[in-house]
Amino acid sequence: MKIVEDSPPVLSVLDRPNSYIGRSVPRPNLARLTQGRGQYISDVTLPRMAHVAFVRSPHAHARIVNIATEAAKQAPGVLAVVTGPELAKVMTPWVGVLTHLKGLKSAEQSPLAIERACWQGEAVCAVVARTRAEAEDACELVDVTYEELPAVVDAETALDAKTPVIHASLGDNLCFERKLDVGAVDKAFAESDAVIETTFVTGRHTGVCNEPRAVVADWNPGEQRLTVYHATQAPHMMQDLFALHLGLEHQQVRILTKDVGGSFGIKVHTYADEMATVALSKLLKRPVKFVADRIESFVTDIHARDHRIKGKIGVMKDGTITAFEIDDLTGIGPYSVYPRTSGIEANQVVNLTGGPYQCPNYRAQARVVFTNKNVMCQYRAVGHPIAVAVTEGLVDLAAAKIGMDPLEIRRRNLIADDAYPTQSASGLKFEKLSHHEALAHLDTMMNYAALRAEQAKMRKDGIYRGIGFASFIEVTNPSAAFYGVGGARITSQDGATAKLDAQGNITVHTGVTEQGQGAEAVIAQCAATSFGVSMDRVRVVTGDTDNTPYGGGTWASRAAGIGGEAAWQAGKALRDNVLAVAGAMLQAKPEDLDIRNGIVVDKSNGTERLALNELARVAYFRPDTLPPGFQAELMATRHYVPRAWPFAFTNGIQASYLEVDTDTGFVKLLRHWCVEDCGTIINPQLVDEQIRGGVVQGIGAALFEQCLYDDRGQMLNGNMADYLVPMAVEMPDIDCGHVVSPTADSELGAKGAGEAGTAGAPACIMNAINDALRPLGAQPLTDMPFTPDKILRALGKI
Amino acid sequence: MKPAPFAYKRARSLDEAVALLGEHRDARLLAGGQSLIATLNMRLSAPTLLIDINGIAGLDRITRNNGSVEIGALVRHAQAERSADIARHVPLIARAMPTIGHPAIRNRGTLGGSIAFADPAAELPACLLALGGEVEATGPNGKRVIKADDFFTGLFETALAPDELLTAIRVPAATAQTRTGFAELARRHGDYAIAGLAATARADGKGLSDVRLAFFGVGATPLRANTSEAALAHGDIDGAVAALDLEPHDDVQATAATKKHLAGVLLRRVAAQLMEAR
Repeated sequence: MKIVEDSPPVLSVLDRPNSYIGRSVPRPNLARLTQGRGQYISDVTLPRMAHVAFVRSPHAHARIVNIATEAAKQAPGVLAVVTGPELAKVMTPWVGVLTHLKGLKSAEQSPLAIERACWQGEAVCAVVARTRAEAEDACELVDVTYEELPAVVDAETALDAKTPVIHASLGDNLCFERKLDVGAVDKAFAESDAVIETTFVTGRHTGVCNEPRAVVADWNPGEQRLTVYHATQAPHMMQDLFALHLGLEHQQVRILTKDVGGSFGIKVHTYADEMATVALSKLLKRPVKFVADRIESFVTDIHARDHRIKGKIGVMKDGTITAFEIDDLTGIGPYSVYPRTSGIEANQVVNLTGGPYQCPNYRAQARVVFTNKNVMCQYRAVGHPIAVAVTEGLVDLAAAKIGMDPLEIRRRNLIADDAYPTQSASGLKFEKLSHHEALAHLDTMMNYAALRAEQAKMRKDGIYRGIGFASFIEVTNPSAAFYGVGGARITSQDGATAKLDAQGNITVHTGVTEQGQGAEAVIAQCAATSFGVSMDRVRVVTGDTDNTPYGGGTWASRAAGIGGEAAWQAGKALRDNVLAVAGAMLQAKPEDLDIRNGIVVDKSNGTERLALNELARVAYFRPDTLPPGFQAELMATRHYVPRAWPFAFTNGIQASYLEVDTDTGFVKLLRHWCVEDCGTIINPQLVDEQIRGGVVQGIGAALFEQCLYDDRGQMLNGNMADYLVPMAVEMPDIDCGHVVSPTADSELGAKGAGEAGTAGAPACIMNAINDALRPLGAQPLTDMPFTPDKILRALGKI
Repeated sequence: MKPAPFAYKRARSLDEAVALLGEHRDARLLAGGQSLIATLNMRLSAPTLLIDINGIAGLDRITRNNGSVEIGALVRHAQAERSADIARHVPLIARAMPTIGHPAIRNRGTLGGSIAFADPAAELPACLLALGGEVEATGPNGKRVIKADDFFTGLFETALAPDELLTAIRVPAATAQTRTGFAELARRHGDYAIAGLAATARADGKGLSDVRLAFFGVGATPLRANTSEAALAHGDIDGAVAALDLEPHDDVQATAATKKHLAGVLLRRVAAQLMEAR
């Protein structure tokens, strides 16, 4: 994969003399991380720290008859062997429901299984020892007697009367159901020139992080305080949850999140084994470390995207799309994951399908059912890749049916760029999108006409290349509408504190977290720019609930748009405070002064008046020289939450160019393009890398990644040899382009960019494969991932 | 992913390694460790003793004598990949090398280890078979030679006795008439192949003779395809494909039907390589 340089940086209206907005500045943490000086959970070692390993259920569904722990307790190095009922005395159970997903239900989940194990991999017993190796050895000595129960493995039959109910107390296996009917769908289909129906399948897969889930919990009985070193995306959310389920006050719980080796949504949920680790620390009164290994990660890290969607589209001969209809079914495992629930993904599929298009008629049904597989929950671009695959797959099928170019049918149906504000048929509110400008940019960037000519020429030589498109919208900068209104204690606001030290440098404390995506760089850029110093004079502190403002963390593409705005405002507030001090010292009006490059200057002509280190010296060490009654305030905190719109929707369009080897069913990716609009671009390089990384994950979904289960609920490929993550050799060059439609909800105008790549790529690859194979009369492929098996079958070769 | 406890001994000589193997029936030999360590960490195997043979002198050489090339058991993939002797005299192995894992794996992994481990989807066992090579085994009674055709006896099973270790492989050195072909289909570069084919032949006027086809990833061992070899020697590619009688099983990457189909595709591609004009 070669990195393709983007167009010149887009300069922002926010540019000031020290502007870093719109600049690809290097990340401040780059040297540390590339020198191996990062501080991941594996690097954390505390005095008296013990290690926990878990005995996990080998069955998808089984009654736990007995757990014999004596032999394990005698094993070398073992400190404790703890079962579910024992841990239940320390920590209360939880239920993953939200009130705004009406009717969503789930069962109580405990840190360790009690009475029943409900998926292969669920922890049933904890072994705590001096080392992880000793803990694993002793795990083999724990003798669990199981009585295997029938496993529900097929979502398709989970609601049938003869299928066992996983949680008797719930009455059935239905977790959540949503129906939507807008406009006149039946009439629209009846009046359409063509109606196309097909079934899409998106394969169950997971986010594979470089650093697995990891936690060190340290209950200090002396101060009655819990410190948790946690590789998480949401420190304050975890503080709340640990406190709630251990019966503690927030003040008694400190979450420290240092470096995190990738998250992708995997690390924003409550995991029973992590909760157990925290409870074990409280029980044993000593630090306990849990680092998931790769094997247990595959059966415990949340899975996602396991959907079967029947889709239907109506179209007129002129390309007008008349109606969309979908019926989505998803099996989410035995529990709705706490606290974000496992209903959000299907809910998003309903919300987002048809989203880019001007089409008033839309009907949707989604059913979320329980199964005895690993739990599913929110993974990067929650629901988007599914909704985009269905929408864009249907649009391409419609185009093929009426003989229209796929780019042209989009041009004729995408919501007009001057139609905003507007909303989708499903009710999503759009402030300002740029579908047509993005499409035009893409058309030029990829030289579409030339590619089509090349494709036609090569087909004559028996080479089958395909071009696929996917327009998309993406949820970013969520307000309280996402979780808060549903009763989840997950904050949508975020804060930043900027303080001037005694040498005139600034430190910025932020509630958003660094997962490797570059949030620290973005926060520093925003604060440096609005305050008026160079980047090297800004230090950013993240991931410490004792020392950062209350914040949501990093998820739903919110860190830059929300955390960045808070940092921007905090920098501005501190500048005003500093200029008040400068005014007092210089006997000038603060409004006539500015800070440029770390020096207080006359705003009108830039004449240097006072260096910040001198100002800080006076403010901190000689405040007696300041005018009577004047108090310097050299620390400022600002918070920000989107209020005008529930979400800052972004948009974009991707294209894929690929070649299908019709002998082998192998797909070679030749090139990929993405034009997206995330509003103000704070750091072009970071945005492009978010897009590229996201595209690669989307390609994984389309071609490689799938958690395969057998009919007894056993995962068949839970290792890095058999579960195929996309690798660099197979990846194409990915060109990024941008349209900039800032949101007016913030001064910065930045929206999120973290999920756009993942949202559109799978649909794009699907459409390109089908475009390649269409002249061969192959049945359109709609069942991801597109393996050689499936492609050869579509070609009738096997 | 921590291995079960095991003892570790570093053998200083072949005799010591053989003696240890004889004493400890569930011992495993540690060479490059690229498969072994993973299976230990996943607790798929739990030997009581690891006998490290990396310190035994003289097993890391590539030598040529009397029309054959001897490759010591501890020759690393990377060493073979960079060897002028391999490139010149064993072009089949040179061709296969870049497809074996990734550079980090090739830096540690050994040719001897790969062949002794006998993974049916691995490249080198099939190469040895296609080359018509042989294995030198060393045991308590000294050395013996096992023909490649007799070496791979079942899934991860070989003709090595429990107290024997593979000390070298020997393959015929290529002549001006030698033709080789190699192709594999893996969903990602460096993965074990869904199906693969290593082949050698002798250019015989305008045709081929001594065709040896060794498929991998399509059975419990690398597999010769004798009927197809004969057809290919007659220049009958369609007949060679039609004669394939492989019976692969489904695995997580591909169904049996796909593997069978791909074996045919590979045969056509490798046949073209064998018949390339020089």
